[in-house]
Amino acid sequence: MKKILILSTALTGLASAAHADLTVMSWGGAYGEAQTEAFVKPFMATTGIKTIMVDSDNPATPVKAMVESGNVTVDVANIEYADAIRLCDEGVLEPIDIATLPAGADGTPAADDFLPGAVTECAVSTDIWSNVFAYDTTKFAEGPTKVADFFDLEKFPGKRGLKKGAKAVLELALMGDGVPASEVYAVLSTPEGVDRAFAKLDTIKKDVVWWEAGSQAPQLLADGEVAMTTAYNGRIFAAAMNEGKPFQIVWDGQIYENEMFVVPKGAPNKEDAMKFIAFSTSTEGLRASAQQISYGPARKSSMATEIIFKDGKTVMAPHLPTAPENMTNALETSSEFWVDHDAELNERFQAWLSQ
Amino acid sequence: MAVETRSDAYVAFEHVQKSYDGVTLVVKDLNLNIAKGEFLTMLGPSGSGKTTCLMMLAGFETATHGEIRLDGAPINSVPPHKRGIGMVFQNYALFPHMTVGENLAFPLEVRGLGKSEREAKIKRALDMVQMGAFANRRPAQLSGGQQQRIALARALVFDPALVLMDEPLGALDKQLREHMQFEIKHLHESLGITVVYVTHDQGEALTMSDRVAVFNDGRIQQLAPPADLYERPENSFVAQFIGENNKLPGTIEELSGDKALVRLATGELIDATPVNIKEKGQKTLVSIRPERVEFKPEMMPAGAHTLDAEVVEVIYMGDILRAVLKVAGTEDFVMKMRNTLGQTRLVPGQKIKVGWHPQDARALDP
Amino acid sequence: MAEDATTLLKTADGRPLKAALATAQARSRRRAFLLVLPLLAFVLLTFLIPIGYMLKRSFEHDGFSANAPALVQWFAENPGFDPANPPEAAFAALVQDLAKMQADKTTGMVGTRINYTVPGTISLFKSGARAAKDLAPPYKEALLAEDAKWGQPALWRGMYDASSTYTGDFYQVAVDRKLTDDGWARGGDKERIYVYLFVKTFLVSALITVICLLLAFPVSHLLATLPMAKSSLLMILVLLPFWTSLLVRTTAWIALLQEQGVVNNMLVALGLVSDGNRLSMMYNMTGTIVAMTHVLLPFMILPLYSVMRVIPPSYARAARSLGATSWTTFRRVYLPQTLPGIAAGSLLVFILAVGYYITPALVGGADGQLISNLVSFHMTKSNWSLAAALAALLLVAILVLYWVYDRLVGIDRLKFG
Repeated sequence: MKKILILSTALTGLASAAHADLTVMSWGGAYGEAQTEAFVKPFMATTGIKTIMVDSDNPATPVKAMVESGNVTVDVANIEYADAIRLCDEGVLEPIDIATLPAGADGTPAADDFLPGAVTECAVSTDIWSNVFAYDTTKFAEGPTKVADFFDLEKFPGKRGLKKGAKAVLELALMGDGVPASEVYAVLSTPEGVDRAFAKLDTIKKDVVWWEAGSQAPQLLADGEVAMTTAYNGRIFAAAMNEGKPFQIVWDGQIYENEMFVVPKGAPNKEDAMKFIAFSTSTEGLRASAQQISYGPARKSSMATEIIFKDGKTVMAPHLPTAPENMTNALETSSEFWVDHDAELNERFQAWLSQ
Repeated sequence: MAVETRSDAYVAFEHVQKSYDGVTLVVKDLNLNIAKGEFLTMLGPSGSGKTTCLMMLAGFETATHGEIRLDGAPINSVPPHKRGIGMVFQNYALFPHMTVGENLAFPLEVRGLGKSEREAKIKRALDMVQMGAFANRRPAQLSGGQQQRIALARALVFDPALVLMDEPLGALDKQLREHMQFEIKHLHESLGITVVYVTHDQGEALTMSDRVAVFNDGRIQQLAPPADLYERPENSFVAQFIGENNKLPGTIEELSGDKALVRLATGELIDATPVNIKEKGQKTLVSIRPERVEFKPEMMPAGAHTLDAEVVEVIYMGDILRAVLKVAGTEDFVMKMRNTLGQTRLVPGQKIKVGWHPQDARALDP
Repeated sequence: MAEDATTLLKTADGRPLKAALATAQARSRRRAFLLVLPLLAFVLLTFLIPIGYMLKRSFEHDGFSANAPALVQWFAENPGFDPANPPEAAFAALVQDLAKMQADKTTGMVGTRINYTVPGTISLFKSGARAAKDLAPPYKEALLAEDAKWGQPALWRGMYDASSTYTGDFYQVAVDRKLTDDGWARGGDKERIYVYLFVKTFLVSALITVICLLLAFPVSHLLATLPMAKSSLLMILVLLPFWTSLLVRTTAWIALLQEQGVVNNMLVALGLVSDGNRLSMMYNMTGTIVAMTHVLLPFMILPLYSVMRVIPPSYARAARSLGATSWTTFRRVYLPQTLPGIAAGSLLVFILAVGYYITPALVGGADGQLISNLVSFHMTKSNWSLAAALAALLLVAILVLYWVYDRLVGIDRLKFG
């Protein structure tokens, strides 16, 4: 089974890597397109290194399989923060020295220019995305503004959409119950804190519609199945910008995390891979990415001047998780907490769901 | 035994018609009276309407028109389970998930009989068909003949006055079939029940019945005791269907009372007995049974017309010899001779003269 | 005597008859075996080996045992140690292993394995491994100073269990037991889920089976008794669900049954339900049962139909002629003969329902989840061993059911069509 997986991965990798100097693996779709525009095309134009983009449902899986089989065909991969930590621990990734990353456009060294946690031992952030909640502006005369409003069924009647899983939901519940973002994980680390989060969820349990795929959330909102729902901020932005939906994001209590570029151990073009990462995560690279999709750059210098959406008129800043006005009560996902407690809390969550 | 009046009929069909599709009639104006205690057989080729009649009597088909009476009362709207008629099916229809005993107990249980009474009746019914030792077997463990006996016992165990049998012996081999014919006949006589029996086997019909109703094309062609049916068929269908038959087409030359002179298509004249012909000049089909054909002059009645014949072949059949002759233009004229010690042995190609008693040549509808 | 006669029989060339017969039959047996060989190989490769592999995975995990040699050896030498107060030697071995893990980059694997039974330990191993090379004896104090969690009895019990590659730990977790400081114990009320979900899965599957049977019986009877042309048309309607993708069908049910869906809109339009009180038929158990019944219905109809088709109508006629009402005829003559079909259909539907995953995942919402959804959850969370243990328990439960069924009804009476 595993062998077949490795074999097929290796074969597809071989086929696509055969005529390229550098292979980058990402998630495809609108996100992949944004990265092609922002990273791959300018990189090729600047360096002349022929670079191609390949898609995967979750690049962390093939990366691990490739390294274990000793047949690595991908040079750069875009994976989730927790996976970047885990794979690094397991020795699957090349370490990346923060000193090799370019300084910001304003001269600030990379170590200071990147937001805290955006560069780890083996990975560099490409963007910051966020779990937020959004509502249909036509449903409420005066919309919700605080995370507590999400749990206020009297003031804001109607169904709620929530991602079916413990991650980001328990944090939201605690923040909705008045726990400041800075204390969420401290509280959630205690059994009483977990009980408190579930008790808060109990108050809206019968009115919740659970979603699983990211595309379901804006759909539930558009169908009128829910009055408000949690969602990935880029999905709501896309629905509002591209389809003109009257959706409004509430940034209070947002839970954000970094998406990471990594180099698998044994990558065939390691040197060029490092060059690509340095190029893409430079001030201009991250800025270019944010012009394509509403996920925030992880460098302060990228936001020094106004970022304009590809339509040429929309100012991106207010739509990014990293905008200062959106960060007033924001929580960064603790990958360490979830690495430890994912299984435990998800089981508890499932038990709670079926009770 | 035969009855023709309504008053003493046990089963009566009156102007019964049946159509399945609303376009064609499978039973056309059926009138039939069956006496109590009679063994009546409905005989006919498949599709002649005989099984439909039986199913209407049993209650599984409804008559499109007309009335069916049982013991004087109309039963058209009585559901099958209230008619109290025993029935034996072609494939026996023994319930495969029940033992023989349970199969027999079934009609008694639904009638609410007590256990001891049931057991007595089951034992009696099984003994009646010599299957007393098989009460605990399942149908699948029995041979065809044994299953047949059980089906018979089950149809009789609740003492019905009328028993219907739908080709019950069709699946048995010849020897067993003949044996069962006698057993059924014997049961009928000893129990005094009325039996309506459907078959397409004329031998079976002739052996067992008090009367036979010959069906064709949705009508009864002839209703008569077996001997009449064989010896005095009333139309050419019956003559053809019952037993082996030679037929010679011709035209009525002379007609006087019970004698007719027929000119065959080839020009010869023969004597015949008119049956369902009315006038001189009418086309006719003369029917002669093969065993009534004679070729020795001393066996023929004086003055009888004879025909020239040529032996085509002689088939040895054990008890009889069967000669195929070329007679009056036909090449399949059959003559049967008893295989006696002194019988003349014919050889193919031999020229002979054949003739018969005028009574045995029946001039029928063409 | 008869036996003697046969043993003495010989063929024309003088060989014993029995031997000649055996040779002749062996040839045809070999040929028959060659014919089934491809299927046998296929089943072995795609069914038996994966199941065997799954069962092995449910007992086996070498994440800890392969990467902590010193501690594994110490545990082997001191099986009766006190988890509440392990001696210095144990800590020395642990520190030695932690340093090795850091060098080998295996802390992730080790931490993951221990985390399965003692949650919250991945980061503990990571920080411990980072610190290990700087620690000095006495190691016990040094490590406890680093993080007091290293003294937890549950952690030492967990490491002891994990020091063997083969373990029953995953089965303990799969029946809602937790590793506490005092050993394995029943989990807390709010944490128990698997046994509850097993029971729920079986009850829901039984309910779906009964609904399928009630719906399928008349349809199958109709199919079996209608004239060929009409029954073929009806059969196409029955098989129609097989021709559309499962996802399409499930999505169609969502469109029909959701709160803003067709059915609710119709009820509101007819005034049967007020707009504020739309019925919740989707994303809950009702949705799961409706959609699964629809998906599984053909599996009940087909075996029933194949059995009913060969029941001659003369049985019912015979029963009627023997004096039975139509109800008695159905109950005592028709129904018993359809039992093999009922049994086959029910078994098929039940077993499929027990393992059903995609429909409850899509329309189950919060309370419509079944055990298979948790198996899938652990597969994607890469706790394969727990997923395997849960699946193995499901397999055992079904085999037990199958055995009970065999004792009660008899497998030889099954008729799938």
